[in-house]
Amino acid sequence: MRHTISLLVENKFGVLSRIAGLFSGRGYNIESLSVGETIDPSVSIMTIVTSGDDQIIEQITKQLNKLIDVIKVVDLTEFDHVEREMILLKVAPPKQEDKAEVLRLAEIFRGRVVDSSPLTYTIEITGDEKKIEAFIELMKPFRIKEIVRTGKIAIARERVKKASIKKSQEE
Amino acid sequence: MTKLTGAEIVIECLKREGVKHIFGYPGGVVLNIFDYLYQDKDIQLILTRHEQGAVHAADGYARSTGKPGVVLVTSGPGATNTVTGIATAYMDSVPLIVLTGQVPTALIGNDAFQEADIVGITRPCTKYNYLVKKTEDLARVIREAFYIASTGRPGPVLIDLPKDVTAGKADFIWPEEVKIRSYNPKYEGNKWMINQAAHEIARSKRPVIIAGGGIIISGASKELRELAEHNHIPVANTLMGLGGFPGTHKLFMGMLGMHGTYCANMAVQNSDLIIGLGIRFDDRVTGKVSTFAPHARIIHVDIDPTSIRKSVRVDIPVVGDLKRVLTVLNKILKEEIKGQWSEVRKAWLKQVEAWKAERPLSYEHSTEVIKPQYVVEKIYELTGGDAIVTTEVGQNQMWAAQFFKFDRPRTFITSGGLGTMGFGFPAAIGAQLAHPNKLVIDIAGDGSIQMNIQELATAVLNKLPVKVAILNNRYLGMVRQWQELFFGERYSHTYLDVAPDFVKVAEAYGAVGLRATKPSEVEPVLREAFKVKMPVFMDFIVDWKEKVFPMVPAGASIDEMIFGEEKKEKKLKVVK
Repeated sequence: MRHTISLLVENKFGVLSRIAGLFSGRGYNIESLSVGETIDPSVSIMTIVTSGDDQIIEQITKQLNKLIDVIKVVDLTEFDHVEREMILLKVAPPKQEDKAEVLRLAEIFRGRVVDSSPLTYTIEITGDEKKIEAFIELMKPFRIKEIVRTGKIAIARERVKKASIKKSQEE
Repeated sequence: MTKLTGAEIVIECLKREGVKHIFGYPGGVVLNIFDYLYQDKDIQLILTRHEQGAVHAADGYARSTGKPGVVLVTSGPGATNTVTGIATAYMDSVPLIVLTGQVPTALIGNDAFQEADIVGITRPCTKYNYLVKKTEDLARVIREAFYIASTGRPGPVLIDLPKDVTAGKADFIWPEEVKIRSYNPKYEGNKWMINQAAHEIARSKRPVIIAGGGIIISGASKELRELAEHNHIPVANTLMGLGGFPGTHKLFMGMLGMHGTYCANMAVQNSDLIIGLGIRFDDRVTGKVSTFAPHARIIHVDIDPTSIRKSVRVDIPVVGDLKRVLTVLNKILKEEIKGQWSEVRKAWLKQVEAWKAERPLSYEHSTEVIKPQYVVEKIYELTGGDAIVTTEVGQNQMWAAQFFKFDRPRTFITSGGLGTMGFGFPAAIGAQLAHPNKLVIDIAGDGSIQMNIQELATAVLNKLPVKVAILNNRYLGMVRQWQELFFGERYSHTYLDVAPDFVKVAEAYGAVGLRATKPSEVEPVLREAFKVKMPVFMDFIVDWKEKVFPMVPAGASIDEMIFGEEKKEKKLKVVK
């Protein structure tokens, strides 16, 4: 099963290599990885998408926790969470009338044209995996020249406490 | 505040960490530190003849004392030569501090002379490693390194020291406290889980304790003994655990696993509760995992959470330091749950005794040729068990584990996880340095000893009277054994045709060489070796056909043992 794991790590050189090395050294698979700084510049947050049975995922999270530079590991799959990725897609519609169609589809997907040339549009799309896949599928007839895709980033939804729901209902 | 050079800071930090000995080898970029050591009186540097020897010696020093061993080598080849030693220590959870020189920071990444990315190379085989880029970071890094190496599950930490960092100057500020926000080893076991474990033990009719190296690292031998004796539970040790429970104790069943005793393996396979203490359940212990202890619930106590459920299913996991966990567990079993354990476990212990009697460790005695097992038995007999024994890897290691009874922790030093040939001799040198008045014996093979034989010079120079008993069968015996049993007796490259005359080698280095070719010569040679206050090589020309039994073939259950008297595998039925 697929798991999205979020880790807080020390923002130091070599940390990414330690984490990548852990996965490759133990034969685990990284499907996607993204890293960025947090509000605290000494801490980075990584989102790793990996897959495996329960035992493997348990080992992955334990092994990650064991790394000295890892501050916190959360398997977001266990929680309600939001996932996003982004693509930049360069398309070269073969016919003039296709251009309008491309723009219309981009609009439906709440995409943005970030660059255009006489022959191409570069469209930015953000969304979960399904949405991204769907958009790529729709663009295929229009001659996709290039796609650049980010890794997944994910964040847990804020849990609404029962008490606060009750309170709001009472109000 | 007077500024110190980086080299001075390094040595000052080592002193504050209580370091008396460093094992090392000089080279271009570590000259700053070596130069400072030249005038220093408090720290002695033991010059080995190869960097691998230095790491194994520091390892033997650490295993025999429990304190971190320290290594100092140069960059490039000096650093890469330490890798096998570091990986050995990592697998067996040995605290080491490995200081490597590095080319100046400005040259890093330039493919400079004797440059190697040792931090990158050792990332997967160290607990942690550092590249120090500023002189002012040195004190903090060294303090942290000692802390990381010796706390939690111990392990080697490498510190890479560029030349300009050790030459540069900085204020020396010794951090009194170490705080690493992302590293907080857990020592206290979960109370609820320990309570569960206690009740599980109370319910069990056929419990077995499997005690590993964690017992020794944690210093929990006393607590283990209390647990076993109070609750009448038989104990098996892993290779790393030998010495953690007295080898002469009546509840002791011996080592389990691939070359474990019949009794230990049968008891594990027929038990209803496995109490795994400070072990990893590695493949040499479990055999075929799916049929390991098929009737048992499993309690697993270890300080490293990744050890738990890595290979075997665990019903009650307890993460924590063994000494503390066992103290709590013993208290519950003594004060809260009261039972007539001697009655409850009577039948089980009788069965265990029956297994012991049925197939004790044995070999065919001879008056013609020296049996290697006989040499080990004689060493045990003549020392009365009062010695530190190191081993190389292979048959010599297994015979030492089987036929020497280790009563005290830190008296058996062997490369368990990585299985490093060439480990035992330098490790013995390190152990001897730490224990100048103890008898230190390396039980070796003729193959392994040649892997670090150059360390004879280190032993002679430093007057370290280690005794090396070479069980010389002219073969890489363990591999030959596999070839005989599983590869149609095709002895591919295991015959060591040209071997040196070990007696002459010893003499050439200024040590003592002795040889025994007949069983009657074994005892006189050992007596002579133990008497002289010098390093001794004993060349025992042993029966080359001898094999290590029992043996569990790779991939089989641990109760499917081969005993040697039969040619084919004999499958034993599991007693219900």
